[in-house]
Amino acid sequence: MTLLLLQAAPDLPRAADYLRILPELVLCVFAMVIMVIDPLLDEKSSQRTLSTIGLIGALAALAATLPQAHSPGFAFWSMVKVDAFSIFFHILITAIAAVVILMSYEYMATQQIRAGEYYSLILLGAVGMCLMSSAVELVLIFIALEISSISTYVLAGFRRRAAISSEASVKYFLLGSFATAFFLYGVALMFGATGSTSISVIAQSLRAENTSTLAFAGIALMFVGLGFKVAAAPFHIWTPDVYEGAPAPVVALMSTGPKAAVFAVLLRVLFEINAPGRLGLIWVTAALSMTLGNLSALVQHNVKRLLAYSSIAHAGYLMMAYAALPANGIPAVMFYTATYAAMNVGAFAIVSHLAGAGERYVTIEDYAGLGRRSPLLAAALSIFLLSLIGIPMTGGFFAKFYVFSAAFQNSLTGLVIIGVLNSAIGAYYYLRLLVVMYMKEGGQEIPIAPTPLALHAALAISIAATLYLGILPGRVIEFASQSVRDLTQ
Amino acid sequence: MNVHDLDPVILSLITFTPLAGAILLLFLPRRDREIRWFSLGISLLAFVASLHLPVHFHRAEPGFQFELDKAWIPTPNIHYHLGVDGVSLWLAVLTTFLTPLCVLISWRSVNERVKEFFILLLVLETALIGVFVSLDLFLFYFFWEATLIPMALLIGMYGHGRKIYAAVKFFLYTMIASMFMLAAILWLYAKTGTFDFIALQRAAQAGQIPDFPSAAGWLFLGFFVAFAVKVPLFPFHTWLPDAHVEAPTAGSVLLAGVLLKMGTYGMLRFNLGLFPLQARANAGWISVLALIGIIYGALVAMIQPNLKKLIAYSSVSHLGFVVLGIFSFTAAGLSGATFVMLAHGVSTGGLFMLAGLLYERRHTYEIREYGGLATPMPVYSATFMVVMLASVGLPLLNGFIGEFLVLSGAFQSRPLFGILGATGVIWSACYLLWMYQRVFFGQVRNAVNAGLLDIDGRERTALWPTAVAALVMGVAPLLWLNSIEPSIHSMLVPFTQVASKVVGQ
Repeated sequence: MTLLLLQAAPDLPRAADYLRILPELVLCVFAMVIMVIDPLLDEKSSQRTLSTIGLIGALAALAATLPQAHSPGFAFWSMVKVDAFSIFFHILITAIAAVVILMSYEYMATQQIRAGEYYSLILLGAVGMCLMSSAVELVLIFIALEISSISTYVLAGFRRRAAISSEASVKYFLLGSFATAFFLYGVALMFGATGSTSISVIAQSLRAENTSTLAFAGIALMFVGLGFKVAAAPFHIWTPDVYEGAPAPVVALMSTGPKAAVFAVLLRVLFEINAPGRLGLIWVTAALSMTLGNLSALVQHNVKRLLAYSSIAHAGYLMMAYAALPANGIPAVMFYTATYAAMNVGAFAIVSHLAGAGERYVTIEDYAGLGRRSPLLAAALSIFLLSLIGIPMTGGFFAKFYVFSAAFQNSLTGLVIIGVLNSAIGAYYYLRLLVVMYMKEGGQEIPIAPTPLALHAALAISIAATLYLGILPGRVIEFASQSVRDLTQ
Repeated sequence: MNVHDLDPVILSLITFTPLAGAILLLFLPRRDREIRWFSLGISLLAFVASLHLPVHFHRAEPGFQFELDKAWIPTPNIHYHLGVDGVSLWLAVLTTFLTPLCVLISWRSVNERVKEFFILLLVLETALIGVFVSLDLFLFYFFWEATLIPMALLIGMYGHGRKIYAAVKFFLYTMIASMFMLAAILWLYAKTGTFDFIALQRAAQAGQIPDFPSAAGWLFLGFFVAFAVKVPLFPFHTWLPDAHVEAPTAGSVLLAGVLLKMGTYGMLRFNLGLFPLQARANAGWISVLALIGIIYGALVAMIQPNLKKLIAYSSVSHLGFVVLGIFSFTAAGLSGATFVMLAHGVSTGGLFMLAGLLYERRHTYEIREYGGLATPMPVYSATFMVVMLASVGLPLLNGFIGEFLVLSGAFQSRPLFGILGATGVIWSACYLLWMYQRVFFGQVRNAVNAGLLDIDGRERTALWPTAVAALVMGVAPLLWLNSIEPSIHSMLVPFTQVASKVVGQ
């Protein structure tokens, strides 16, 4: 390993190399600033100051994608590649981080959790996620995956006084490490089969010779590890428990950010390597995730668990695109991750606002009469739910549309039919929440705190993104289509 | 400025005026009185704008007019393509005609969450008009689905009794059915790369769509299921009575008056327009279902103890006529079907408003609670009589013309269907007249009813337009038919070609 690196890397890194990981650097710097400042502040003022620094950090990283986008190419001995594809995910992930920080401020204050390293962990997690999308070398991908995972393990346990949160953290950590071990094992086998950990070299050597059993096994093991991270069935068991226990804003982050990054890695692993025998794997995973996710969601009473199962189902829809041809599948995946991020972050922003101190109000019944008592919040949540159903005019519709039509064009009619039926099942449980909000009256009314400015901003961004992707998806899908070239030379 | 400068944008103007109004309403303070007047103004504005269509429509021309075709989204290739022919023109006007009446009829009956009610009503109007004027399949599907949400919310938030059950049932039935249509639309797009109705029709007729002959049967069914549930055709009708009975009056009016027509319009435009061969092949069993709907709907209506349920089942019966007419493939049948759509919209819309007024006064739809209402409410009774007779199909009122044309079309294609369909006219006279007798004639049996107030000025303003329209449509049907018929004839061109081919062989 070391030998290989040395052979390929006779020079020291150049300045352009640093430019190509500028967003990651910015995020790191701000994360460290937060950690240094934290002990200097008293608890009261720390919330506001640290969240502001965190927000500025995320926005600065978002801005840093601009110079990064202007210098596409390889960096650090061909371990990092900046192209339209990785820029897309950098923008997406830093935006998610910014919105999550916006909604966290109020949440941390209500839950009376000392913010401290919370914001720096979000930024560090974003570093890992960003790096995952631009890494083209399996070991670097593994490291990035670990950076992102470890941050989220800790974040999941941030409601320190709640046992359920610690349980979530431990569960996530144990199962997550197990899954990363699978991934690493797969990388090792791949290295054995092809003699390299660089994705482009692996792709070349697999194209050149007959695929060995070792390579098959390597792909399968990597798929298991990544499948766990995106909560695709049958590797989804951890999801509901972790989502239920973890703080709501953290769930917003981990159901969108790391997922988007891992979907990006899956795109590289499956499409760029042109993984042999991927069709069967994906067919089964997609069909299982959609069906199990939707059916289990039908019987949930806890909104967070409901959204957890919904996120499993959505991972299933997304997986369908991996069985399509690259030209249609890649943009479909990218569009879907962006849309899912917009609507899911938005939905969790409302869930975390309504949850109140100690996350007491998270059952469906608690939402009764919301349409009357807080029309704006109810309307916002309706938009996200309608988008999750896939009603036209919202991003969720086009997301499903691109995925289904990509699958159609690869003659996966069976899978499309399963997907369509599942969308119908899915409509039911989202609808249930809508019905409760507008048509039921609460027995005991839960307190609704006034919405602070930051939450308004978070919701406005999410709604704008959901509607923009639903009404004018053209520019985003075109940008995503550019990356087809990046992944399939 | 010439009025014809408006031609390309008029459809967008009509479609989005209500939506713009709804958005403005969102920011208005919650002062119920002002909100009502504002909604009335907006819906009247849309109505006035929509009058531009029949006035400037070139009646002799069969094709689409007032067209606007702009690229909207590059991938997938979606166009913002609007246009109307003689059929959709009148359906759009019907929508704008009924909405102001809905606003008026909800003036007092909606007291809570008034702002939300009118926002939903206006959004619904936009979606309904959109369905009729879209010529891009995607745009059509978008508006089609968009009607669901406001309608379901109107039923669920402002309905009575088991309103949530009714709303969810309505939503799921129609949503699941339209998934099949979406699949068919996606298939067409995957093979042709376009959603444009006109381009697809041309490609299908020229045989340029790969695999079309083998898949067309399934595609036909995909569209048909979505439309049949909406119509609703027997046996897909079970959501309708629930939805109607629990819906608020305005919801019922738009549901019966316009929403159901989306289904029959869809059959006319897409099932016949894109799949003429398959339509002919499937016409037999579809006509049988339509006949079952006519007779079964009428019989069930007859035994209903609930006034609103009676009207709801009468809709099942009347819409059966429309389907029967469409699948007769004759000029008379299709023109008649279109005319029944309009007539039913006016008269059943009127009946639901009348029933709603009674409910406002007595909070019940049970027929046996009433009796002898002609004494305390003479004007109401007279209005009810006119609208009811229009629905029965009395000559000189609008119901007669359409049903007559449909039946003569059915006779031309299959005499037995014509005969069976004709019994439906008799049944409808039975259940409506019997109902009228029980509610209005005789002595006032229930003392509460003696003190009922007759309709006031606002209620008259809401009701009389439907009665007047029923009369005008019955006396001068040519005003409508002379723009409907050219479009119908052009729709029938592929059928006459098919027929001549069959004869030639």
